[in-house]
Parts: sequence; C-alpha cells; structure tokens
Amino acid sequence: MKRLLTLATFALALAATPVAAQDIAITGATVATGDGSDPITNATVVVQNGRVVAAGSGVAVPAGMQTVDGSGMWVTPGIFASITNLGLVDVDAVAQSNDVNASDSPFGAALDVSPVINPNAQDFAYSRAGGVTRASVMPGAGASIFAGQGAIVDLGADYDAVRHPRAFQYVEMGERGAWLAGGSRTSAHALLRNALLEAGSFGDAAQLTGGRKTDGNRLGQTIGLDARFTPDADRSSDVLLTRFDAAALVPVVNGEQKLYVGVERASDILSILALKEEFPALDMVLVGVAEGWMVADRIAAAGVPVISAALRDLPVSFEQLAATQSNVGRMLDAGVTVAIGGYDSSGDHPRGLPQMAGNMVALNRVPGATGMSWGEAFAAITSVPAAIAGLEGRVGVLAQGAHGDIVVWDGDPLETSSAPVRVFIDGVEQPLVNHQTRLRDRYRSLDESKLPRAYER
Amino acid sequence: MGRHFNKGGTAALLAATALAMAGCTTAGEERPATGAAPVAGEEPYASTYQAYPGQPTAIVGATIYDGAGGRIENGTVLFADGKVVGIGDAGLAIPAGYTRVDGTGRFVTPGIIDIHSHLGDYPTPSVDAHSDGNEATSPTTPEVWAEHSVWPQDPGFSRALANGGITALQILPGSANLMGGRSVTLKNVPSRTVQGMKFPGAPYSMKMACGENPKRVYGGRGRAPSTRMGNFAVNRETWIEAQDYMAEDDPDRDLAMETLSGVLSGDIMIQNHCYRADEMALVMSMAEEFGYKVAAFHHAVESYKIADMLRDNDVCSAVWADWYGFKMEAYDAIPENAALIQNQGACVVIHSDDENGIQRLNQEAAKAQADGRRMGIDIADADVISWITLNAARAMGIADMTGSLEAGKMADVVLWNGDPLSVYSRPEMVWIDGAMMYDMNDSAMRPVSDFELGQPGEGDVK
Repeated sequence: MKRLLTLATFALALAATPVAAQDIAITGATVATGDGSDPITNATVVVQNGRVVAAGSGVAVPAGMQTVDGSGMWVTPGIFASITNLGLVDVDAVAQSNDVNASDSPFGAALDVSPVINPNAQDFAYSRAGGVTRASVMPGAGASIFAGQGAIVDLGADYDAVRHPRAFQYVEMGERGAWLAGGSRTSAHALLRNALLEAGSFGDAAQLTGGRKTDGNRLGQTIGLDARFTPDADRSSDVLLTRFDAAALVPVVNGEQKLYVGVERASDILSILALKEEFPALDMVLVGVAEGWMVADRIAAAGVPVISAALRDLPVSFEQLAATQSNVGRMLDAGVTVAIGGYDSSGDHPRGLPQMAGNMVALNRVPGATGMSWGEAFAAITSVPAAIAGLEGRVGVLAQGAHGDIVVWDGDPLETSSAPVRVFIDGVEQPLVNHQTRLRDRYRSLDESKLPRAYER
Repeated sequence: MGRHFNKGGTAALLAATALAMAGCTTAGEERPATGAAPVAGEEPYASTYQAYPGQPTAIVGATIYDGAGGRIENGTVLFADGKVVGIGDAGLAIPAGYTRVDGTGRFVTPGIIDIHSHLGDYPTPSVDAHSDGNEATSPTTPEVWAEHSVWPQDPGFSRALANGGITALQILPGSANLMGGRSVTLKNVPSRTVQGMKFPGAPYSMKMACGENPKRVYGGRGRAPSTRMGNFAVNRETWIEAQDYMAEDDPDRDLAMETLSGVLSGDIMIQNHCYRADEMALVMSMAEEFGYKVAAFHHAVESYKIADMLRDNDVCSAVWADWYGFKMEAYDAIPENAALIQNQGACVVIHSDDENGIQRLNQEAAKAQADGRRMGIDIADADVISWITLNAARAMGIADMTGSLEAGKMADVVLWNGDPLSVYSRPEMVWIDGAMMYDMNDSAMRPVSDFELGQPGEGDVK
C-alpha cells in the first residue's frame, strides 16, 4: 500500500488551472465495473487521455504505460452521489455558510445552484476522499414547492466542478410540498399544474423552446441558452409565477430538463405518475419514494426512475408508514430503475453510500427481506444514478470511453473496513488530504513537552 | 431560575428516599452486585420489568466476543434462568437439558447497549405531538424525568432490536437545556408501560449539555444563557443552590434539588453532551469545583484532542464514528476520534443519538476501528465490541449486571449471522435475560408496535 500512497502527495489548495490526466494501468486487482455484474478477480483497468480504455480480465496493457500493481486492491468507478448539498454548505447550522434553502427568496424554480457551488467546501474534499467522484447537487425547497435547478458536478480538486448546470428542476410534492404550498397537498397540486401551464403559455409567448438539451452530449463545455435570460413576453396580471420562474420551467414542460419530484406516499406516487397524462413531455425522476414498493409495478410501467435512500425503515411520518429496508430491492425486482441516494439521517454524507449499499447485500440474508446482489447494490451507487442523471455509459461504469473516474480501494468497497487509497477523476489523480486528515495528523500525539500542538503541521 | 419549588409531602422522608433508591446507592463500575432488585413501593415509578421465560441454552461452535475484550473461536455460551452460566471453548461441558443452538459460522456478542437514545421521547412518527424530549422552558430542568416522556409504542424499539441487537438503552432528555433532567435506562423488551421496560436496578443519570444548544435556545429568547460563559454561570449558580439545599436540615420537597443532590451525593451519574475539547476540560474543572463526576461526554467529537485528560479523569467519550460538520462545534470532528481516544487509554463508547444509527452501532464501531487501523492504531475486534457493550454499561452504571458474557450476569446475548464488524452481518437471534425476544428465522418473533397494526407494511420485515 505504501507504494501507492507515495504518489498521492498534493497541496491542499485547488488547482486554478487544469491538471493533466495521466495514463495508467492497474493490474492484478479485483475490479467491479459498476454495471451490475459481479467483481472480477485478477483484472486490469487501463485509463488513457482521461478515459477508460478497457477493464476486465485478459486486458492488455499498452506498451510503455505506467503500471500499478493492484494486487490486494479493488478498483471501481467512482461513487456517484445523488441528491447532495455538496459545495452548498460549509456548516449546516451556520446560516451564512449554508446556501441550501432560500427560504426568504422571491424565487423558486429560477434558483440555480451552478454559480454558487464551492468546491473548497470541506465536504467536497471529505467526499472525494471517500471515493465519491461525481454527484448531483440540489437546492432545498425553501420558499416554494419548486426548489430550483440542480447541477451535476465532479469532485475534482479544481474550480471546474459544475459539469452539467441546470440538469434538473426539483419540486416537493409530499408533506413538505403541502406545507410550502400553504398547508395542503391540494394546493401543491394546484400550484404545480398552474406553474406548468403558465410556463407552457409563457414559453409560447416568448417563443422559448427551452433551456438546452440535457442529452448529455454537452457536459458543461457548451452551456446552452439559459431560458431565464431571454426577453420578456406579455404576461397577464393574474399569474402566480415571476417571469424568471416561468421561464425556468419552460424546459421542464417541454421535457428538455428533467423534473425531479420529491414524493414518499404510495398514493402520492400514483398522482405524480398520472401527471404524464396531462403533461406528456415531462421527463420525471421520483425522489424519496419510501412507499414505492407498494406501487412498484406502476412505477415500472411508467418507466420513471427512482432515487431512494435505502435504509429507511421507520414510520417517520404519515407519508412513510410502509417504510422498509426492502423497498429498494422490491422496486428493483419489479423492474424499476433505482439508485440509492439522498440522506437518511443527520449523520449521513455522500461517503456513506457504500455502507448503505452494503446493507442491501446484508438484507439478502434476512428471511422475508428483499435485498440486492453485490453487483446490483454497487451499480445503485455508480452506473444507475449516473444513468438517471443522463450520463449512461459515460459515468459510474468502467466501460470503454467512459470518464476515467477510478477509485482504488484497500478492500471490498461496500465493507465498513474499506476506504479509498487513490482516487482519479478524468484520469487526474486527486488529493486525499483535507481538514480532517490534517487534524488527525496533528493530534496523533499529544506531546507538548517542546511546543504546543499548534506548531505541529 | 424559573424553577418550581413545590411544597408538600414529608420532605425529609422523600428526600432521603430519593437518595437511597435501590440500585442507586453507588455510581459506576464499583457498584456492588447486591440490591439489584428494587422493592415495589420504595421507589417512585419503579420498574415492573420481569424477564420472560427462557430455555437453558447452549450456543455452540460460534466465535465469541465476550464484551470484555475476550475472543473465543469455536466457543460455547451457556445461559439458564436468565443468567450467563459460562462461556468457553468447544471443550466446555454442556449440562443436561440445554437447548443447543448451532453457532457454526456465526458470532456471539453480549447484547448491544446504546448509551444515548431518544427512542420513546422523540418517537416516530416524528410529529410535533410526539416532541417530548426537551423541556425547553428553562435552561435548567433537573426536575424532569425522561421516563415520563417515553412512549413504549415507539416502533423504533423493534428496529433497534431486530437490526441492531440492542438489549438495553439509555433514554436521555434532549440537549436544549444545561441540565436536561433525569435519564432512564430501559430493557429493550416491549411493554405496555415504561415501568415495564425500566432496567431493574439501573442508576439514574442526569443529562447536561454545554456549548451551542443551550445558549442558542435561551439566548434567542433574550435570557441567560446566551454565551458559553453564561452557560457556566447558570450551571455554577445552580450547583451552589443544590449545595445550599443539601445543607438544610429539613428542606421542603423540591424535585430539581432532589436530582441535583443525588448527583452531588454520587448516586446519580452525569451524562454530558459536549463537543469541543476546551469545553470538556472546563466541565471537568466544574465537576471538581462542586465535587461530582462526569460519567461520559456525549458526542465529544473533539475528545481526541484531550484524550490524555479524559483518561486521567476516568471519563468516557460516547461518540459517533464519523458524523461531522452539521454545526460549528462539530467542525473538527474526525473519523479517527474513537481510535485516538482508545490509543491514549481512555474509555470509548459508540453511541447513536439517532433512531437509524441505533440499528447499526456494530457497523459504526467497525468503521471507527478501520479508520484507526489506517493511521496505524490497531485495536482488536474484541476490544471494539466492548465499545458497544461493556464500556457503555460502565458509563451507565450497569456493568455489574450486563455488558459482558460473564457468569452470573444477565443473559443479554446476540447471535449474529456473521462477524458483527462486517456490513454484511445482522442479528439472527437476540435473548434478553435469557428469553428469546427476536429470531430472524421466525416472523412470529418480531415485535410490532400498536401504532403499526393495520397500517401498510404491518409486520413486514423492516
């Protein structure tokens, strides 16, 4: 392990200019490709020009390429963390450092996290050190059922975190949505329909066709027109949405921007699925979905993917009475596309996703419960969430041409005892040093016989 | 202070009763094993818990972590009449009449103990009507008792049992107040009443909190404390008040003072919510000033900075494995905290403070162990298990009764379907006082709370 660690010495500061990707081959490792298959022992991964060239057994290492002996190690794609607040917060309870909820904002749907994401936030570095290489970042719904627009980021130690701005809109349609809408789900549904209709007519009047495609061919390099900044159109006096909010919803109505819908209760899930009859272009993703297993066949038939925290098993609210750890497994068995993501409790962070997935494997050994195979569980935190984010085949998987987001682990990544040893994003090796590791090193000893600990750095 | 000074009753008699409650005669690990069973009528709200019937049982062929740092391969655990009879290797003779349980490929630990839970006083569903954990109407409420808030129908108890192997847990008041009130220690056995769950003979603790919470809650209302120095001033004034009360010949009945004098007499332990190292050091000085002892600092995310002092003061740290960053005083939390504390020879307890985390204390301990190993601190698996068993029992004053698989102790036992330090393992069977209360292979042996009857997913595996 020492030989691997020696390469990973970096300064704490982010690189202001891009760091070159290195071509690298890792041999003799246990490789999990993230596609749902079982891990492959004694396999090789080759990364060139920031992209995966090949992964598997019997893969030849190109002549002259730097080769790392991965024996005893596991090599996987980086974790894709869905529905995070990475870069939006330094300390949750320090309001000035927390940009998650804009509770007093005049705007809802128009809010956009992409200009405010701070890759220097420590949670970015902690998550990176935990093997998380890409994530969706979402605003919280503070003043409106519409939280605003989330982004897809990479966790590289540079300032180019936002790779896919305005990747999705988020709307709360459960208990929280009801509260934000004025006290009832009836109001949340009325607001949602009104907003989509207003956005549709506003888009026609303003001759907007939407923001930009989220077809994934443009990963932030070519940021399209932001609908919010186009000229005004005539608006009648009784509209509820600001012009800015209405414009932001045009790509949602047109199906050009994904609509993530926060919903837990079985009946609420069906009401949301039924929206497709009124607004056929909607490209929805369900988030939360604690009672999804009860209507799993309907979700599967609608072809709407799900992002769900895996371990909720308590009736925390009346919209989660049927919560069970078997939820994800049962939805998967019914044919639903399910990613594991989001937060279960106050202690959760993106780097805890492997533990959540590991628990799904454990569940398979509990009679009557429905868990996941190892491959399914690992896919649910890599390739599946990436695909739901619109990055199928390019992120979260060790497939030819995919981003060179590689994590070398000191053991089975789903096991509590394992951790990353090296992390690459687009082929660039990443620093694993952060505030926590520096504190750890300072307080390794408490000896102050010569100088205070403050001089130890 | 806003505290009520209730009059009435025979003050001297009742005050004496509070101090001499059965099971509360001494605090901590030195407590003698005698007098564990309270006599009904001597103690208000006394435990009515009685162990359920069990079979004399021999678990054979398992890897045993005894909770006290011991490990036995291919071992045998014997228990009968609610008590551990003995543990040993494969050579241990099994008396006639014992039911054999095959432990091949499985692991045995003592029942898992959570020193910091709010099950019952912040139950699910987490609706406002269930918010019974903080009497946030005064910064010092030593007069409240957590047991009077506990809802025994909290579905969280069953999840803690089935997924976490939790057999005993301490329910604490919340941390809004400097002095939050008395805790209650429970057996994780379903009951119609909280008295039916109370751990017989467990001493009381009082919950204290330093740092951000009290000063935020009360400062925000324009009253003391609004600063950390205000926190200490209010605490010290209250301790002086308690000293004065204790010096009175025939004091009137006062619930708050009864609790505080119990602390100063050493009958009631202190469980102190505290994050920052510098504040923990100040609290230890305050304890010295007034002559009481802190059993454990809870959360204690900076214990690693003062682990030597904690060791010298014999104070445990009840910590998470890796929570961080949710508030300013948690900014310096590091995942190596537990290992660094242990490395200095101080006492580590892994706690949950969470209805989800309580289902996975074994995994949290395993993570903390692995983070230590990566920085070169090797802590044996069997010692890590003590973080969630015997060390927790020590800091709760019940170590003479449970927390390890020592002959004569309560037969609180978990059979795991694999190594409990692996993410892939779950409790397979759980016994409390020798009675089987959970069996993974028998859906009838899974408790269902009243709240969940007739609801979606009733009786589902959770």
